[in-house]
Amino acid sequence: MTPEEIRSAFLAELVRVAPDLDADTIGGGDHLQDDLGLDSMDVLNLVTALHKRLGVAIPEADYPRIATPDAAVAYLSEAMR
Amino acid sequence: MGVFAMPSLGADMEAGKLVEWLIAPGDRVNRGDVIAVVETQKGAIEIECFEAGVVERLDAAIGATLPVGTPMALIRGDGEAAAGPASAEPGAHPEARESVVPATAGRSAATAHEGPAPTRPAPEAAAAPRPPMPVPVAGAPQPSLPAAGAPPSSPAARARAVELGIALGTVRGSGPGGSILIADVEAAARSAEASASAAPSAEPAGTPASRPGKPGLDLGAMRAAIAAAMSRSKREIPHYYLSQTIDLQAATDWLAARNAARPPAERLLMGALFVKAAALAAREVPEVNGHHEGGAFRPATAVHAGVAVAMRGGGLIAPAIRDADQLSLDALMAAMRDLVERVRAGRLRGSEMTDGTVTVSSLGERGADSLTGVIYPPQVALVGFGTPARRPWVMGDSVVPRTLVTVTLAADHRASDGRQGARFLAGIDRLMQDPEGL
Repeated sequence: MTPEEIRSAFLAELVRVAPDLDADTIGGGDHLQDDLGLDSMDVLNLVTALHKRLGVAIPEADYPRIATPDAAVAYLSEAMR
Repeated sequence: MGVFAMPSLGADMEAGKLVEWLIAPGDRVNRGDVIAVVETQKGAIEIECFEAGVVERLDAAIGATLPVGTPMALIRGDGEAAAGPASAEPGAHPEARESVVPATAGRSAATAHEGPAPTRPAPEAAAAPRPPMPVPVAGAPQPSLPAAGAPPSSPAARARAVELGIALGTVRGSGPGGSILIADVEAAARSAEASASAAPSAEPAGTPASRPGKPGLDLGAMRAAIAAAMSRSKREIPHYYLSQTIDLQAATDWLAARNAARPPAERLLMGALFVKAAALAAREVPEVNGHHEGGAFRPATAVHAGVAVAMRGGGLIAPAIRDADQLSLDALMAAMRDLVERVRAGRLRGSEMTDGTVTVSSLGERGADSLTGVIYPPQVALVGFGTPARRPWVMGDSVVPRTLVTVTLAADHRASDGRQGARFLAGIDRLMQDPEGL
């Protein structure tokens, strides 16, 4: 998958977890919890969805590495290589 | 013959808007079936049927905003003959009265259509197993029942009228069918004060459903609903508060080790441990678990944990997880995930809105140190978990860094005293020290 594909997959799952968000207006540096208001259950649901979609089981210790879309794309690209 | 009526889905719900029927005349329904979707101030709620039978006819039209207690459909019980075009006056039929208020008869759902106090439908086994709960007889506090011949009015409006000393007969109703809403009562009070003609009320409270637009959240209405319920709580419930700091290190370590070995779908959150510990502790201290209604506290025989979920965009809702004390951590976690997903999607069930016997509110990972809550009436306790943090803690003779959490109980002094409250918190502490045993 290209980084663009990973980004759009990440954003699609993010918007599914938080349906009021608009993928087009989410900034690459927006923090999932501080800026987008996800709580720990939302984060876990996102991680679960990413696991299902991309096959990457993100360990809890790595949650900070997917804290923003930009960071997540970098982390997931690395993990899927 | 059962009249299916607009249920009360919370202490201060006055009316709901029917957005969907999931049944048609001739359909067979069972207890627990979702038969309609109603839009409330807290979003769309799926409404369950509380008796088995065959749908005789639908009285309510899609899009109609109906006061709590308004007959919406007629359901013919098994073995009953088909009815003629009966006038839906449930109060006239003793057997119908039992089913006229599907969800929360004991709360404030007594309606203008009813004479005597209704009883909650006996919660026997349905699709989902329902353990026995005390039947909260609507103990008829004066304001909750309309006087004979009075115009239709919502329970909240009647309560407000009593507070303001306004006779309902003098109030002009602006709700559906001329029913009297809180705003009408307040408008009447204002006009009485000014001895002038009543100014049209600009209060949004209670009438959001009359607003056109897509089904969903009206944040102003949601805020008004929260304000109404919390004002009632602060007005009626003599709160007391107790706090305890708990060593969470054992639970934190256990959780990290357990989750490390599991795929995301099987991971637990600390919040599930909190709910389980609180539910088990509530079972041990019945004075914090139940409802205060009709002037008396009735402890519940089961623990249905209302789990406060923050709604995106603002607001809060605390749907109940039934028998939270009996669920395994995995099952409880699954129930919480499901609940949060349905809160996000706007699809909760009516029974979830009213079944709670105690509320658990947790600030999560990025909140404040402690949460001192406001009890959700008619419950008698709310336990708040602050955000866990690493802090200095004395163990033996040394100060060591540990993960701690401050747990705060808000409890109703009409139902318990500090002694019982402290026992409840001590129970949570003890249970959290053995996370595997939860």
